[in-house]
Amino acid sequence: MFADEPVVQMQGVSVDFGGVRALDSVSFRMFPGEIHSLIGENGAGKSTLIKALTGVQSISAGTIRVRGEQTAFTSPADAQRLGIQTVYQEMDLLPNLSVAENIMLGRERHGRFGINWKLMEADAERALDELGLDLDPRSALGTHSLAEQQLVAIARALAARAKILILDEPTSSLDQNEVSELFRVLHSLRESGVAVLFISHFLDQVYEVSDRLTILRDGRSVGEFLTSDILRIDVVSRMTGTRTRGLPSPLVADGGAELSAGAARPFFRAHHVGVNGAIAPFDLQVGEGEVIGIAGLLGSGRSELVRLLSGVERSDSGEIEIDEKRVRLRSPASALSQGVAYSSDNRAVEGIIGDFSIAENILLALQAERGWLRRLPKQHRDELVQSYMTALDIRPADPEALVKTLSGGNQQKVLLARWLALAPRLLVLDEPTRGIDMATKAEIQRLIAELAANGMSVIFISAEFRELVGLSDRIGVMRDGRLEVVLENDDLSEDRLLAIIAYGSQAGAGDDAESDER
Amino acid sequence: MTAAPTLERPLAQRAPRRTPRWQLRLSAWLPVLTTSAILLAMFITGQAVFGNFFTSRLISSLFLDNAYLIVLAVGMTYVILTGGIDLSVGAVVAFSGIFGAQLLQTGWPAFIVIPAIVVSGSLIGALIGVLVQVFEIQPFIASLAAMFLARGLAYVVSLQSIAITDPAVTWLERTRFQLGGGWFVTPTVIIAVLTVAVSVWVLQYTRFGRSVYAIGGNEQSARLMGLQVARTRIAVYVISGTCAGIAGLIFAAYTGSGYSLTGLGMELDAIAAVVIGGTILTGGSGYVIGSLFGVMVYGLIEISITYIGVDSWWTKIVVGGLLLVFVVLQRLLVARRKR
Ligand SMILES: Nc1ncnc2c1ncn2[C@@H]1O[C@H](COP(=O)(O)OP(=O)(O)OP(=O)(O)O)[C@@H](O)[C@H]1O
Ligand SMILES: [Mg+2]
Repeated sequence: MFADEPVVQMQGVSVDFGGVRALDSVSFRMFPGEIHSLIGENGAGKSTLIKALTGVQSISAGTIRVRGEQTAFTSPADAQRLGIQTVYQEMDLLPNLSVAENIMLGRERHGRFGINWKLMEADAERALDELGLDLDPRSALGTHSLAEQQLVAIARALAARAKILILDEPTSSLDQNEVSELFRVLHSLRESGVAVLFISHFLDQVYEVSDRLTILRDGRSVGEFLTSDILRIDVVSRMTGTRTRGLPSPLVADGGAELSAGAARPFFRAHHVGVNGAIAPFDLQVGEGEVIGIAGLLGSGRSELVRLLSGVERSDSGEIEIDEKRVRLRSPASALSQGVAYSSDNRAVEGIIGDFSIAENILLALQAERGWLRRLPKQHRDELVQSYMTALDIRPADPEALVKTLSGGNQQKVLLARWLALAPRLLVLDEPTRGIDMATKAEIQRLIAELAANGMSVIFISAEFRELVGLSDRIGVMRDGRLEVVLENDDLSEDRLLAIIAYGSQAGAGDDAESDER
Repeated sequence: MTAAPTLERPLAQRAPRRTPRWQLRLSAWLPVLTTSAILLAMFITGQAVFGNFFTSRLISSLFLDNAYLIVLAVGMTYVILTGGIDLSVGAVVAFSGIFGAQLLQTGWPAFIVIPAIVVSGSLIGALIGVLVQVFEIQPFIASLAAMFLARGLAYVVSLQSIAITDPAVTWLERTRFQLGGGWFVTPTVIIAVLTVAVSVWVLQYTRFGRSVYAIGGNEQSARLMGLQVARTRIAVYVISGTCAGIAGLIFAAYTGSGYSLTGLGMELDAIAAVVIGGTILTGGSGYVIGSLFGVMVYGLIEISITYIGVDSWWTKIVVGGLLLVFVVLQRLLVARRKR
C-alpha cells in the first residue's frame, strides 16, 4: 500500500502574511493509494499549507514537487490541470448557478452547439449518487442547506477523477451518516491509487480513515507518523505542545442534567409553530437555564426549526409566548429585543464581517442592542473582549486583527463570542462548534454549561451525538420536518438517539422517559 | 428492532423530489417575464389610446431607431453580469463615430474603416479590463477614466461634426429589406439582432458564458473552482468595448455623421435598459433577452411621449420611475429567494 514515490513533496515551505509567518519551513508529502490526515489546532496552518500547495497562496521559501516535477502554480486552475482537486474550507461555490453547474463547470460536456445541459445534468446526478445524495441537479445551489452545499463541493472534487484529492474540513457540517458515506468513497479511491489529503478536527475520523498523519503546530510540522504507530494521546500532546497533558475531556465534567434546576419554570413557549409543507407544527417549551439539543439528519429541518424560534424565518401557523405574553418574532432584531439571540451556521454569509477587527466583531451585537449612541465605556469593552478571547483561545491574540485574516475555526470562535457576550435569555446556536479544535470545543462546552447554570437558556444544533448527550438537559429529534420527540436526557445513550433519528420515536421501545410535549 | 441500529442511506430512501423544470425556470425568468408583460401592456394601452399604435411599421422603426442601444445594452449585460459596470460606452460611440468619419473623409476605404471603428472600441474595452483585473481598480473608476479618455480623443479628432457620405456606411442604414405586411429591417437592425442571438448562445452554452455568471455569483469561489476568472473578466470588458464600437458604427450610419458630442449619457441609457430587463446590478443573474426587452420598453416610452406631444424630457422621468420600480422589485425577489 505504501507505494514507492511520493506524488506530492513539499520541502521547507514557508508562507508569510505581512509580518506574520503562517507556515515555517514545513515539509509534507503524500503517497498514491494513501489517505493522509493533516491535523493541528485552529490557526496551526493547515489551510495555509493547502493553499500553498494548490497555487492560491504564493510561498516565500521552499519547493513543491508534484510527481517529481517542481511546480510553481499561480492559480487553482494550474493545480487542477495537474490532477489536483481541492475542496477548500471556505469555498462557498456559486449560489446563483444550478447544482449541476457547480459540480461540472470547467469539465462540462459539449455537444455540437456548445454545452450539452442534458449530459451535464446526468453527469452531475451520477456524481451526487456516488455520495448517496439525492438533490435535483437543476435546482439552484443557494436553495440548499449548508451541509448539502458542502456535499456538492465534495461531489465536484470527486467527479473530476483526480489523482490527488484534498479535502479541508469536509466533514465539519456533515452528520455521521454522510461521514461514513464519504469514507466509503475515500476508501475506494484509495484502492484505485488516489492520494487523499484529509483535514478534520475529529480524531475519531482521522483514525478511522487515514493511513498516515502529519501534525502541525503554530505553523511548524511536528512530525509525520503512520496512524497505526501513534497513540491518540501522543497526537494530542504534539498538537497542543506543552499546554495540555493528556486528552482534553471532550465534554463538560458534570453533565448538563444537574444544572437544570430551573427547568421547571418555562418562560419561552412555542405553540403549534410551523411552516406549510416544510416544518410540521410543533410545541416546545424552554425553561430558564435549560439546555436543549436538537438532533437530526441533514435536511431534516433542524436549522429551519431553530430559525423559526429566533425570528429569522416566519412561521405560517402557531404562536410564541415569552413570560406568558404573546410575542411576534418578525426578524432577528425583534427576537433580540425579546432576549432571543441566534447564531447562524453559515458564518460567511450571516454574521462575520471580514473587514472588521476581532474586537469590533465581538462587540457588534452588544453595541447594537445598546443603541449606537450609547457607546460602551472603553475599559469595559477591552475587558469584555479580552475575557472572551482568552476563554475561547482566539488566535492571534490581537483584538485589532482583521477577522478575514483569521483561520476558519478562529472566525467561528469570534462569532460565538459575539453572542455569548450579549448574554441573552435564550441563545440559539446552529452548530456552534463546527470546525473548532478539540481543546477549544471542550472550553466552549464548559462555557455554555456555565452560562446555563447562571440562568441563560440555550438551544443548539449539533451533528455530534456525544456533544448532544453531554451538554443537553433535553434533546429534540427532528425527522423529515417534524419535531419527532423531545427526550429528557437522563442516561440517554448515543445508540438510542441514533435509533430515533433512523426509525422514529417508536424505535427501541421507549424505556426512556419521554416528555409530554408534541 | 435490532440492538445496534445503523443508518442505511436514508437520504436515498426518500422519494425523489423533483420540481418540474418550468417551475425552476420560472423563478429565474420572473424579472424578464415582468419586463415583457410591461412591454405588452404598453403596446395594448398605446393601441387603445392612440389607435394605429401596435403596428408592423411602428415596431420595425422601434428596432431601427434603437439598434445602437440594443448593441450597447447587450455588451453592458456581460459586464453587469460579472458585477461590474462600464461607463465608457457613450464616449466610445462618439469617438469611434468621429474617428471613422475622419478616416473616410481622408479617403480611407470603407473595408478598412469599418473594422477600425469596431476595433477602436475593443481596445478601449481591453484597457478597462486590464485596469480592473490586473491593477484591481474599481470598474466604476476604471471605466470613468476610459470615458474621459475616449471623449477627449473624440475632441482631438474634430470638434465639428463630420458628414459621412461613404456608400457602404450609408447602405447599412438606408437599405430596407421589406418583409411584407409593412415589416422591414435594415442591415443595422440585422447586426443588432445577431448580436443578441450570438450573446444568448455564448452566455448559455459556452464555458466562458457560464464563467461570466460564476464571477457575478462569487468571484473568490469561481477562482478556487479553477475557472478562468482573469481571462473572463478582461474579455467581458473587451466585449462591451467592441459592442460600443459596433454601436458607434450603427449610430454614425443612423445619423449620417460623426460628432464628438454625441452619446452624452448614452451609457446610462444602456445601463437603465439592462436593469429594466431584469439583470441584477450586483451580478450573477439576468438574461440578454431581458436587456433587449429593456431597450424596447425604453424606446416605446420615447415614442409614446412623442405621441402624447409633451416635452421629451418626460421620457427621462418615466424611465427614472420605471427604473425605481424595477430596482425595488429585484430587491424583493432577491429577499424572497434568500428566505
Ligand atoms: N490573509 C491572511 N492574512 C494574515 N494572516 C493570515 C491570513 N490567512 C491566514 N492567516 C493566519 O495564518 C495562520 C494559519 O491559518 P490557517 O487558516 O492555515 O489555519 P488552520 O490550521 O486551517 O485553522 P482552522 O482549523 O481554524 O481552519 C493563522 O494564524 C491565521 O491568522
Ligand atoms: Mg483551516
